[in-house]
Amino acid sequence: MKILYFAWLRNKVGCAEEELTPPADVTTVADLVAWLATQSSGHADALADMQVVRCAVDQEYVGLEHVIGAAREVAFFPPVTGGD
Amino acid sequence: MAVKVQADDFDLAAELAAMRAGNHNIGAVASFVGLVRDMADLGDGGRDQVTAMTLEHYPGMTEKMLARIDAEAQARWPLEASLIIHRHGRLQAGEQIVLVACASPHRTAALEACHFLIDWLKTEAPFWKLEQTPDGDGHWVAARDSDTAATEKWR
Repeated sequence: MKILYFAWLRNKVGCAEEELTPPADVTTVADLVAWLATQSSGHADALADMQVVRCAVDQEYVGLEHVIGAAREVAFFPPVTGGD
Repeated sequence: MAVKVQADDFDLAAELAAMRAGNHNIGAVASFVGLVRDMADLGDGGRDQVTAMTLEHYPGMTEKMLARIDAEAQARWPLEASLIIHRHGRLQAGEQIVLVACASPHRTAALEACHFLIDWLKTEAPFWKLEQTPDGDGHWVAARDSDTAATEKWR
């Protein structure tokens, strides 16, 4: 699946997107976060505090308990700050 | 009924004229324009000079969320037309960032829907601001609780 990182998460991870195949026991967003954190110190740093990280699966906001299923695209980013 | 995500600036008068062109049911047009301020909140009560900012977004999801917010406004108020333009990329202090406009037969729906759209957009649309200060360091703007509270009041 394609994993996307935005804003300061991208800075910490060191890339904007990557194609990864998580192991079969990764079923929820929380599982994915735990697995991604083992990929590098940058990943671990970016995903250290999930209180301040938002997630979207196939471009829909979801919580940590969300089951990823056959998702094609998972994005991690900080709370949004558009507008004025 | 129209959503645009673009790097280019927009002409407020031209956009509003195009939005209401030919529709004589429209008796009221309300609009909101957001600008890049040259002062940033540092979070510790201090302020810093901002020379420019870069607005990053999530292409694809941004358009989808804006269209959904727009559809929600259409469902709640009797609107004849609506428009959301949100810019991305590098913007200088004083530049226009966002335009929200609503047209309806009477003022109340246009004003309320316009207020609703900008409040919802701020907490639902995936944009992030990187502010550049004169010392060269950029810092990512943190979300504000007051913005979340502004959205909550419409639920």
